[in-house]
Amino acid sequence: MENELVRREVTGFSRACDNHSGVLMATFGSFCLLIALVLAAYNLFAGAVALRLIATGRAARISPERLADTARRAGIAGFVAVTGAAFALIWSVFTNDFSITYILEHSNRALPIPYKFAALWSGQEGSLLLWAWLLGIYGFVLRLRHKTDVKLYAYAGTILSGIQVFFLAVLVFAAPPFSLLPGYVAGGPIPADGNGLNPLLQYPEMVIHPPMLYLGYVGFSVPFAFALGALMMRYPGEKWIRITRTWTMVTWLFLTCGIFLGMHWAYAVLGWGGYWGWDPVENASFMPWLTGTAFLHSVMMQERKGMMKSWNVWLIFSTFLLTMLGTLLTRAGLVSSVHAFAQSSIGTWFVVFMGIVLAVCIFTYILQRGHLKTEHHMESLVSRESSFLFNNLVLLTACFVILWGTLFPIISEYVQGTKVTVGAPFYNRVAVPIGLFLVFLTGVGPLLPWRATSFKAIKRNFVLPVIALWVTVIVCLAVGVRPWKDGSLDSGSFYAVVAFAVAAAVLTAIIAEFLRGAGVISRQTNRNLFAATWLLTRRNTRRYGGYIVHIGVVVVVIGLAGSAFNRSIESEMGLHSKMSIGPYTLECMGFTQDSNQNYNSDYAVLDVDQGGKKIFQVTPERRFYLASGQPQTMVAIHSIPEWDLYVVYEGTNPDTGQPIIKAFLNPLVGWIWFGLVVIVFGTFVALVPSLTPATAALRVPAAKAAPMTPVLKGGD
Amino acid sequence: MSLPSRLKFWTRAVEACVLVVAICFSLGATTPTSRLNTLSHQLMCQCGCAQLLGECDHVGCPDRDKELSELTTDMAAGMTDQQIMDAFVAKYGATVLAAPTTKGFDLVAWIAPFAVFAAALLGTILLIRRWGGLGGKPLEAATAGAESSDPADRERLERIRRETGSESGF
Repeated sequence: MENELVRREVTGFSRACDNHSGVLMATFGSFCLLIALVLAAYNLFAGAVALRLIATGRAARISPERLADTARRAGIAGFVAVTGAAFALIWSVFTNDFSITYILEHSNRALPIPYKFAALWSGQEGSLLLWAWLLGIYGFVLRLRHKTDVKLYAYAGTILSGIQVFFLAVLVFAAPPFSLLPGYVAGGPIPADGNGLNPLLQYPEMVIHPPMLYLGYVGFSVPFAFALGALMMRYPGEKWIRITRTWTMVTWLFLTCGIFLGMHWAYAVLGWGGYWGWDPVENASFMPWLTGTAFLHSVMMQERKGMMKSWNVWLIFSTFLLTMLGTLLTRAGLVSSVHAFAQSSIGTWFVVFMGIVLAVCIFTYILQRGHLKTEHHMESLVSRESSFLFNNLVLLTACFVILWGTLFPIISEYVQGTKVTVGAPFYNRVAVPIGLFLVFLTGVGPLLPWRATSFKAIKRNFVLPVIALWVTVIVCLAVGVRPWKDGSLDSGSFYAVVAFAVAAAVLTAIIAEFLRGAGVISRQTNRNLFAATWLLTRRNTRRYGGYIVHIGVVVVVIGLAGSAFNRSIESEMGLHSKMSIGPYTLECMGFTQDSNQNYNSDYAVLDVDQGGKKIFQVTPERRFYLASGQPQTMVAIHSIPEWDLYVVYEGTNPDTGQPIIKAFLNPLVGWIWFGLVVIVFGTFVALVPSLTPATAALRVPAAKAAPMTPVLKGGD
Repeated sequence: MSLPSRLKFWTRAVEACVLVVAICFSLGATTPTSRLNTLSHQLMCQCGCAQLLGECDHVGCPDRDKELSELTTDMAAGMTDQQIMDAFVAKYGATVLAAPTTKGFDLVAWIAPFAVFAAALLGTILLIRRWGGLGGKPLEAATAGAESSDPADRERLERIRRETGSESGF
């Protein structure tokens, strides 16, 4: 013990001698943040003045266009400054500069290199800096592309700088990431090692998941800025939607990937066999996704029919505010959560900022609402337009349910003085039926034509999906998937059967849509069905990319429905002990220990037999991280399309020294991750520009060009 | 096939499907299940892990085994589900329940989502009806005027729209 103290002091002293560069880097980082704040404030002020001058046509000493350009350049310079601050923090992590409190609390010397990056977002100050930096990147790209529409981009850039001012102010005044240790003076001794990174974060996906999620969160600032800017300047027409479409879709994709990576992380790391626990932090990421998805659908109504203008504006306002709420929930500890990694008192800052944003949105809307008059009206309750409305209705109801469930403990405490828990049983009963209805609409919507439809058309489009639905129900019941147990309804199995049936119907509907279009092209161009489908998709990437995304969603739903049939078994396992689950028998071939600089670990080696034949081996592990002193499970997962065998090393029986193993058989989990791949692919397809009739005609033989004309005019 | 006979055909088809499903449902009505499993998924583990009692995976958890043992004892004593829940609430407080009850203010938690959904649904239907009632605006009028009044032409246009997807592009 004494030796350890001496070693730490000596190390501390020796480190003190070369720690001047560390202090220098902390000072550099702090100055970068300060400069970035000043530049963002200038961007906001000068941009606002310039745009006001342009709007009113008043004369000034300096041309408003030049003033606006200086504001834009300040925004670009601000990005460089925030990048400098982010670099300083990462540099400090890599050089183990434990004179900085944040580095001391979130890193240690033995931390592997990828996780040194993860230290950037493992704590409050770092994750706020990440937010500001990502916002800086988005703003940088936006300002570089300003020639697309100088005035609209000036508005959007100025609004973005307002958001940036908030985050930088929080970083400079409330949560500075470069604070030195209390009482530390330059050249003084520093701790020999840091407290280490939270073990839950020491997993490969944690190097990707938070940045993805943040790219999604932060990204919604861009369509928000465009929407608010377009409203402020009474932007004519719907061009601003086309300009922001790519931004919105890319942002939506990042958020989607972030949510799914988080699910996979929870599945692989937390060791409870599930991937979604309706935790407030999970809910916080899901809510803006729901409103963002609603926005992506309803803007089509505005683009094509000039309808739902006010609705769309408020959808994107709400989405942005929900991203703020999500950050507030995660960072301020407003509600208790399994994985709110950083909690503090910055909640007041966020509440005030959200109040200001809401006030600006309401004020602008009231002032400019005359600009948002609907141009056309609906002809029928059964039409594509109304399906979009219902789609939005369901998405927003789902968002409300989740918000309600997340905040109800606080409301309950306020009203009746006692806090209640709102956990999975609540959401399973309320949100799952809504989700299934949404999946149903996913299939129905694309089958309905714009404007109005006839009974004949409905029958033609719906016969196959309805047949698929009932065939699936009957097959499910025939193979033993019955939603009825012990004389009462088993809600899990019931919802699973409904989910399978609706999924089958929706898949049939979408595939039929593809085949119908491809069949026409095939007949007219003599291409095979695959080539015709390819051309069909390229001809209207937005529409068919959207269908592919819908297929992905359906695949995910099938995977989620599998959770109704999860099984588990737990047992203490000695050498050659066996336990069985589903078709597998697990035999313990040994249990041992290992250690490295970062952690000690216990793990078991288990042979997995099926039908008396060894088919693979799993090694579930339990680690004990030295720096933080916290344990962590490393789950062994063997995944096939039918199910996952999920094996957890829960711990060691202190009396016998033998491992306690828990095995789960989780059906269809792999479908969830595959569904994400399909969603990503579909989104990429939707982002690719469609073939125009002109470019397509060049690729079609002259003899075939004439009959193709009506085909090429179709779609978009 | 005339309209009444078609309707009859589809009605019978739906009846047959419902009958098949009802038969299949009734076949599976005797599978035994664990009451302990069901109840343990309606209670929270009190160790602070924020997990359901039936899913708490902490080895050496100070509360899981104790709570499960109490649950088993209560079940063996012949208590109803409600009595067991009440006993847990009396001992651990309302936060031991994984979802709000259906009494007092807690009931609002259950009603609000459905009330909001119903109100929004009604609002949407009324909105569509109102929009529909206002009639087509100039663009619609122009489009309608441009289309031929000949049924064969209309059918052809409808077919082109349908086949090319121009009626339903995203």
